[in-house]
Amino acid sequence: MSTPKYSELEVGAAIPSLTQRPITRQTLAVYCGASGDHNPVHVDIDFARAAGLPDVIAHGMLVMAYMGRTLTQWVSQERMRAFSTRFMAMTHIGDAITCTGAVLEKLERDGEKLVRVSISAADQRGEVKTAGEALIALDP
Amino acid sequence: MIDRRHIGYETPPFTVEVEKGRLRLFAKAIGETDPKYFDEAAARAAGYASLPVPPTFLFCLEMEQPDPYAWFDDVGIELPKVLHGEQSFTYHRTPCAGEKLTFRAKVVDIYDKKGGLLEFVVQDNTITDERGAAVAEFRRSIVIRHG
Repeated sequence: MSTPKYSELEVGAAIPSLTQRPITRQTLAVYCGASGDHNPVHVDIDFARAAGLPDVIAHGMLVMAYMGRTLTQWVSQERMRAFSTRFMAMTHIGDAITCTGAVLEKLERDGEKLVRVSISAADQRGEVKTAGEALIALDP
Repeated sequence: MIDRRHIGYETPPFTVEVEKGRLRLFAKAIGETDPKYFDEAAARAAGYASLPVPPTFLFCLEMEQPDPYAWFDDVGIELPKVLHGEQSFTYHRTPCAGEKLTFRAKVVDIYDKKGGLLEFVVQDNTITDERGAAVAEFRRSIVIRHG
């Protein structure tokens, strides 16, 4: 991985995208155990239906983890100063999530050179599931 | 309606040790292909003391307490109505497997939209290491759907 330098990045530059395999029930079962988030709405269809949903839904934090992978494949994690997202739509079984992002702003704060990047996750139809930002410290 | 007096509600602090096995399972669960997140030799070669905690796993560590939804009951949040609205993290450093991290959580806001059809509860977490130094903070906003 070659880390981009602050001077090399322009506002608008895209960061490398990342596409995941379609989400299966197995994906959610493994994430349930691995994350420790045992909210039954993600793995128990009876619970999901009782909650008024047609089926189980993916953990929002699974989608945010995909966004995190997209960022850490671009720059090493210790450069991340902040990472935030809004969950905008439910992610369903069969959805294949692609994460994309771009440089929004270049700034300096506390003696560090930073880029503010957009990062969002959309499904195979282009519906945006989560959209957020990250603040990344770079070498000059 | 969720009682606004719960603004300021604090969850008892709890401490959890970051386990390598869990980090490997998490890496598998999110399709991670970068070996430093599951192979300790690769992590050390990348300059980490052990496997690094990925950016969103701090949220998962917070759920390691015996009943991570206990505060829902105290505040009056019904789990079947809950959706995750927003999540943000600020990072001071990257913790690694083997560290013990302490989480302190506080409800900082409760408000509603659409005439009370949607309620929002905002909770802040601060995460410190064994020396008491700040590692990260995170904020979660949950949405409670009424009707």
